[in-house]
Amino acid sequence: MSVDQKMDSSRRTLLVATSAAGGVAAVATAVPFVASLTPSDRAKAAGAPVEANIAQLAPGEMMTVEWRGKPVWILRRTPEMLESLDKTDPLVADPESRQPQQPDYATNKHRSINPEYLIAVGICTHLGCSPSERFRTGAASGVSDDWPGGFFCPCHGSFFDLAGRVYRSMPAPTNLEVPPHKYLTDATILVGEDDKA
Amino acid sequence: MTTKSQALLNWIDARFPLTSTYKAHLSEYYAPKNFNFWYFFGSLALLVLVIQIVTGIFLVMHYKPDTSLNSSGVSLAFASVEYIMREVPGGWLIRYLHSTGASAFFIVVYLHMFRAMIYGSYRKPRELLWIFGCLLFLVLMAEAFMGYLLPWGQMSFWGAQVIINLFSAIPIIGEDLSTVIRGDFVIGDATLNRFFALHVIAVPLVLLGLVVAHIIALHEVGSNNPDGVEIKKKKDANGIPLDGIPFHPYYTVKDIVGVGVFLFFFSAVVFFAPEFFGFFLEFNNFIPSDPLKTPPHIAPVWYFTPFYSILRAVTYPLFGLDAKFWGVVAMGAAVVILFFLPWLDRSPAKSIRYRGPIFKIALAIFVISFFILGYLGVLPATPGRTVVAQICSVLYFAFFLLMPWYSKIDKCKPEPERVTFK
Amino acid sequence: MTTRMLKNIKRFLAAALFAPAIALAAGPAAPLDKAPVTTDRASLQNGAKLFVNYCLNCHSASFLRYNKLTEIGLTEDQIRDNLMFAGEGVGDLMKIAMRPAESKVWFGAAPPDLTLIARQRSGHTTPGADWLYTYMRQFYRDPSRPTGWNNLVFENVGMPHVFWQLQGDQVAHFTDNGDGTTTARLELVKPGLMTPAEYDAAVADLVSFLVWMGEPIAEKRKTIGYFVLIFLAGFTVLAYALKKNYWKDIH
Repeated sequence: MSVDQKMDSSRRTLLVATSAAGGVAAVATAVPFVASLTPSDRAKAAGAPVEANIAQLAPGEMMTVEWRGKPVWILRRTPEMLESLDKTDPLVADPESRQPQQPDYATNKHRSINPEYLIAVGICTHLGCSPSERFRTGAASGVSDDWPGGFFCPCHGSFFDLAGRVYRSMPAPTNLEVPPHKYLTDATILVGEDDKA
Repeated sequence: MTTKSQALLNWIDARFPLTSTYKAHLSEYYAPKNFNFWYFFGSLALLVLVIQIVTGIFLVMHYKPDTSLNSSGVSLAFASVEYIMREVPGGWLIRYLHSTGASAFFIVVYLHMFRAMIYGSYRKPRELLWIFGCLLFLVLMAEAFMGYLLPWGQMSFWGAQVIINLFSAIPIIGEDLSTVIRGDFVIGDATLNRFFALHVIAVPLVLLGLVVAHIIALHEVGSNNPDGVEIKKKKDANGIPLDGIPFHPYYTVKDIVGVGVFLFFFSAVVFFAPEFFGFFLEFNNFIPSDPLKTPPHIAPVWYFTPFYSILRAVTYPLFGLDAKFWGVVAMGAAVVILFFLPWLDRSPAKSIRYRGPIFKIALAIFVISFFILGYLGVLPATPGRTVVAQICSVLYFAFFLLMPWYSKIDKCKPEPERVTFK
Repeated sequence: MTTRMLKNIKRFLAAALFAPAIALAAGPAAPLDKAPVTTDRASLQNGAKLFVNYCLNCHSASFLRYNKLTEIGLTEDQIRDNLMFAGEGVGDLMKIAMRPAESKVWFGAAPPDLTLIARQRSGHTTPGADWLYTYMRQFYRDPSRPTGWNNLVFENVGMPHVFWQLQGDQVAHFTDNGDGTTTARLELVKPGLMTPAEYDAAVADLVSFLVWMGEPIAEKRKTIGYFVLIFLAGFTVLAYALKKNYWKDIH
């Protein structure tokens, strides 16, 4: 108490100023430490756009490329596969892709730039498992007799159609994510970068 | 203080000695009012310890103690250090703080120890305080040595090679002992991993425990001061030493000034000369370790060089044991002899202010010898330098071994009743 | 101006601290030329070009990513179009195809990774840049060597003179001083594509790039340093005033 009583105004000013300066120093010191917790150059380089050569991809086949440590599917859809999207339209939760799970240029029924090729991140929007392909149709799929082809997540049983749209009443809340991408040539796709950026 | 916060404080105090601890160690710990420049280094050592622990924690998040080679043929350990320096945001600063902190630790600790020597802070009743301090110094050396292996550069490797081989000088068990320390017949992955574990967990725990013991012992006996007189002998009616002032706020505000000055010089090194001309970060340590090629000149980091010089100075075999063994003994003894200082000193006065000329001359010779030894330890050995190192080593030990004699016959001035304070 | 002042202070400090060390440690080594190291963008970019074209075939820079060169003012497209050949990604490390084990067979020693060469070649008082600058300018014809080249700074070096078309051919004249030492003098006997002045400037650019590569953060580090020191000076003044204020009670 005696100190408080004696505390003259200049002491108070100095105390506030020194404490403030100390606070500034503490915050400034924290900057590099917090920064060191953010992704490094290596992590960023690993997250760089990847090129995929689709020249060898036959209709009905799918290839997977790794982008930012995640599987990105490139599915070359047959005309029948594209037709199946009409059939699934009333069955899926978000047929018009209103949820922002894709760039603007893929906000369409086939959810892609070129209708033939679906480019999607192969990670279930529920809890992050990678769904498996169920391209066979009908009873042979083992799903149901009228299964039009799509994807099935083994973890919690979500179904997706061949545009990555999730069926109604599934654990997964949204359609599969379409990553930013662009065509460098007809036969090469750059995943992770588009012309917008 | 508002009643609510007072109520909270009461609630805590009923369960944990918060207020009484605060009083005992800060607001009602009475320190002599005549502390001078030399009394900054204790709190600064604590500051550096905090810097080392915090930066160390963040370095461990990125460092890999692994000697296996990546696709470029560089060990993961070496590559991870460069990764921290180049690719982790802010990593360069954290690493430079840690590497500069290592040297700063020894600068501060050497000055702290020197303070104890000139003012007789090791004398009764502070013998145990001094012993804890010596243990801290010893443990700090182990911590620094093990940490230096981690970057896995040429100096890391060959420095560890030389030091671990010292143990093989011990008769009979030596060879096996050094193999056990390495965990291999050469310094390798096993060595790196165990040094990592010791540097990061084991030794810091010991260090922290000793720091606590050091401070508890200090606060039990009270601080010495530049006059070397016991302030507890003269108390007022309330039992407060007449020459004592509360540590907080008086020494906290004073130590903050010291912190500011210290951080200024520390930052100057970190930001403008982080290698410090190859003494804080040796240039050869930017070369990945190569077990087939010793650098043309290897020297320990500067803070070990005085002791390293003593090691090299011993060139005579004795009692059928070779010079290498006696070199190791001499080096060990140079540290161990510090522990006995409280009992070697027989002077009636504690502080150099009231001690006679013999002690002042002896101390000057000791300090000069220590500096010359440190300087020679940086250089490659030549016959001429070895002779100088031998003379200085003898002077180093003479300071201690002759102390019971010269401290007794020295002509001391009478100590004052109270501390001097302008 | 300030960097120059700083450099002078550093040099003075170094000299004051270690002058006796040099006196004791001075060996027969020839004096090194002072490298005109610069942080000028154009020079660093030219150095990067030389490095990629002449060094990166045998030496890697395995701690540096191509896109780090954006910090010396190049765009990612420029890096991709002018400095990359093997079809790596712009975020890749500057590695080389040659395996260290193979190159050891070809050259007798594996060409070292050059990312840190400027720091590795430093001494207590001489920056690594001086060594590199002198080294790259002191190759001379020596038929007794497998590569046909030798070097005054790095005797019997395994590396051939990669810049020989630029510098031309030098020969060495050794004169015996009579006291067991020799003095070497280099003479340009066949001019290269560059004049000696142009060649020195090109080597200076390359060395500046190597210095930059050794610690790309160095410039930023010093900039931050000025702010930190100014702040700490102010903080210390404040703290001292506070201390004075408190201690006026103590008599």
